[in-house]
Amino acid sequence: MSALLERRAVVARVLAGRQDLAVVSGLGAATYDVAAAGDHDRNFYLWGAMGGAAMIGLGLALAQPGIPVLVITGDGEMLMGLGGFATISVQRPGNLSLLILDNELYEETGAQPTHTALGVDLAAVARACGIDDARVIRAIDGVDEFAARARRLGNAPAVAVVKIGPSDAQKVLPSRDGAWIKTRMRRSFGLSDP
Amino acid sequence: MIAWSDDVFAALKSFEVRQVAYVPDGGHERLIRLAQDDSAIRAVSLTTEEEGVALLAGGWLGGQRGVLLMQSSGIGNCVNMLSLTRICRFPLLALVTMRGEFAEFNPWQVPMGAATESVLRLTDMQVLRADSPHEASEVVLAAARMTFLGGTATAVLLSQRLVGAKVFVE
Repeated sequence: MSALLERRAVVARVLAGRQDLAVVSGLGAATYDVAAAGDHDRNFYLWGAMGGAAMIGLGLALAQPGIPVLVITGDGEMLMGLGGFATISVQRPGNLSLLILDNELYEETGAQPTHTALGVDLAAVARACGIDDARVIRAIDGVDEFAARARRLGNAPAVAVVKIGPSDAQKVLPSRDGAWIKTRMRRSFGLSDP
Repeated sequence: MIAWSDDVFAALKSFEVRQVAYVPDGGHERLIRLAQDDSAIRAVSLTTEEEGVALLAGGWLGGQRGVLLMQSSGIGNCVNMLSLTRICRFPLLALVTMRGEFAEFNPWQVPMGAATESVLRLTDMQVLRADSPHEASEVVLAAARMTFLGGTATAVLLSQRLVGAKVFVE
């Protein structure tokens, strides 16, 4: 079996040359990974709201159908919002992709195993909800292929569960000013404050 | 019942609401149907109410106004997600049909129904209340104005007296 992928390398690769892509990052390490790849007007970093990343991505994708939207989150965050797979499947946005960084751990809180370490297959859950394009990625080639998919407008949402190893990468902390991050992204779409 | 739902829908349309997220309740039945039948509106059925809080935050990020339709029991499901609303100052508008109050048959609805307004206030939502069908659209218009023009997250409680208590027949 090949070595597990490294989370920072995966995220940097997905976001390199991102163009008009809008990104929502789940709280914890996913937010640090997205920040480490470079701050951007179209990054919406979560520092809380656990379980909400995929649904924020859905609302954004429905509101901006011409913009590809990518949610980057962890296995624990996705497990808290599993119903989101069902809701996203029913809405079927072609411009929404979910990248789930699956280390099978709640690494932020002491490396307790998540359900994915114990038999729960998030890609299979997504497929069972009706998201046909839901894959497990274990090699960097697969990451590149998914990145290309995430930057395109398609006909249906896509999910990738990327198996990653444990990480001791230094935390990269983006702004915690949620209102500012929100306004910054809206301005990138030419939207003003209410 | 039909009249107030139609008036409330017209109020939402006048504020260009584009996303209607809902967990069904008998009181919202007609409003949900009107949203589903309107080609300018995306009606989003949720598996739990907190999904709607997150969805509408994303919708606003992308420039669309939305409304969350639910019953009072769902407020408890939203508590932590409402930190997103508060910290990012998202203009969340929720229309909440009340259970567990006027003429409620089912005692299991009472604990959350009785706590709904207090929970909303604890999470920094403003609360307006409509007790009769005649005032429903006026109150929703006021809440939409506070939310979308003022940026103040607001919930409208539609009382069980307005909606009508659910009838249980054996």
